[in-house]
Amino acid sequence: MSVIFQKSKGLTDVKLHYCPGCAHGIVHKLLAECLEEMGELGNSIIAVPVGCAVMANKYFNFDAIQSAHGRAPATATGIKRVHPDKMVMTYQGDGDLASIGTCEIVHAAARGEKITTIFINNGIYGMTGGQMAPTTLPGMRATTAQHGRDVHIQGYPLRVSEMLATLDGPAYIERVSVTTPGQVAQAKKAIMKALKVQKEGLGFGFVEVVSSCPTNWGLTPVKAMEFIREKMIPYYPLGVFKDITREGN
Amino acid sequence: MAKVLMKGNEAIGKAAIEAGCRFFFGYPITPQSELPEYLSEELPKVGGTFVQAESEVAAINMVYGAAAAGARALTSSSSPGVALKQEGIGYITNADLPAVIVNMMRGGPGLGTIQPGQADYRMCVKGGSNGDYHNIVLAPSSVQEAVDMVMEAFDLADCYRTPVIILSDGLIGQMMEPVDFHYAPKRELPPKDWALTGKGDGQKHMIVNLNMDAEDCENHNIQLQKKYVEIEQKEQQWEEYCMDDAEYAFVSYGTSARITKSAIDTLRKEGYKVGLIRPKTLYPFPKEAFKGKNIKKYMDIEMSMGQMVEDVQLACNDVNKVVFFGRCGGIILTPEEVVEFAKSVIGGDK
Repeated sequence: MSVIFQKSKGLTDVKLHYCPGCAHGIVHKLLAECLEEMGELGNSIIAVPVGCAVMANKYFNFDAIQSAHGRAPATATGIKRVHPDKMVMTYQGDGDLASIGTCEIVHAAARGEKITTIFINNGIYGMTGGQMAPTTLPGMRATTAQHGRDVHIQGYPLRVSEMLATLDGPAYIERVSVTTPGQVAQAKKAIMKALKVQKEGLGFGFVEVVSSCPTNWGLTPVKAMEFIREKMIPYYPLGVFKDITREGN
Repeated sequence: MAKVLMKGNEAIGKAAIEAGCRFFFGYPITPQSELPEYLSEELPKVGGTFVQAESEVAAINMVYGAAAAGARALTSSSSPGVALKQEGIGYITNADLPAVIVNMMRGGPGLGTIQPGQADYRMCVKGGSNGDYHNIVLAPSSVQEAVDMVMEAFDLADCYRTPVIILSDGLIGQMMEPVDFHYAPKRELPPKDWALTGKGDGQKHMIVNLNMDAEDCENHNIQLQKKYVEIEQKEQQWEEYCMDDAEYAFVSYGTSARITKSAIDTLRKEGYKVGLIRPKTLYPFPKEAFKGKNIKKYMDIEMSMGQMVEDVQLACNDVNKVVFFGRCGGIILTPEEVVEFAKSVIGGDK
């Protein structure tokens, strides 16, 4: 009998607590597979956020630390400076990274910290129950913006990949999504690249994943994936924003 | 080793290096900036790492990461900066990690003043972060003692897996005194077999801060409290000055205690039987020092509005025995005003 699929050794057997249709599970799998394929599972440390992924330390089968809200890039900086030969990652959502932790992510990127950040952007606070995020789309409803985000009152969303791409410190920045098999394959390539620039000591690697939150969006899992394609991606276009390994970039 | 003349902030930096600290994460603030300045130059010479963080908040969270990775890590700041660090101090405490935090206090509240103060007693001794916790707090009253305490702080932190705060002030940070450096650990230090090292073929390590289940969270708190019981039993430190026949005792720490000693010398010449209990550990507060003493009044002297008074009242077990004199907001006490205060308390009873 031939094995056509096997769960990555980078994941434990602990049951995920994520909602049906949430993309965290896909992205966890991709990160675990990339580290396994690089042979780095025994050489990895991840800083997990405050948010829905707060318990991801239980799901990844390598060393992990639970960070303070938004501070994972600072905590990962401390770890990487002590263990420069280890693979050090942060895994953060949009409230964590783009609101309370904006300062930490910008400066970790500017320092060119040799870490890799996976940024899950689903435009909402998931764990606390659907409040407006820094990335909530104009007009999109949230429990703290019940008539939809009014940009004249609540301001505009942040495009983090574009912001960070203005800095000299990052080596690789790409925005991906995971709503189709093709997008999942592209997301894996992006994560691999962002890990490789760390491994090669080139600088900061960043992958933004435009993701879903069916529960707090009030959509079915299938409709949530459609929402990403129809509403989220037009505002957060997919693509490579920085790649210092490419000539002329 | 011959003594060298060094500024307090720089001497603390050198002491940290001597104690094996190779990682510093900090942010500039007066009156402690000479400490990061010194370490930015000296740490790389010994293979260490200095990172000027983007904020106090980031600095303490870098310490959290470095400590979790098994290193001896240091950060320093002054009052408003230490207020910002409180979040991270709570996380480090909750995760049972060792770290050393230097607070060169200045006058407060808020931005306050850059002049020396002692008004962070409550923030640092009673806990400025959320939750039921303590940090060990050491209060040096000279540059030499600051050096010795920084070295001991790293050992205490590793021994009990807890943050240790050096609670000093701008005066000690800024003044120069002759010091020598002799690091001699007094405690057996446990191996850091919990550290994040990238697991290799061994056990996966996790540094956890969330106990989602309330029972788990309470059990973790109970473990923390056991640690504090042990610390309170084993680690109280204090100095007694002229206490053998004292009828009235000052209680004072750090810079205030130094000034109070000058006042005692003056008062003794005039026949007043006064002495000093100087807490060297503010947490654990040296309650043992007050046992078996026959003192008429305890005179608490601080550069604050009396933040230590309640601890003195508890230690001597008599609210009515404790009187207070202090200056604050960056004003440094003079021996003369301490003498005058003592005479107003003692009256003709000498």
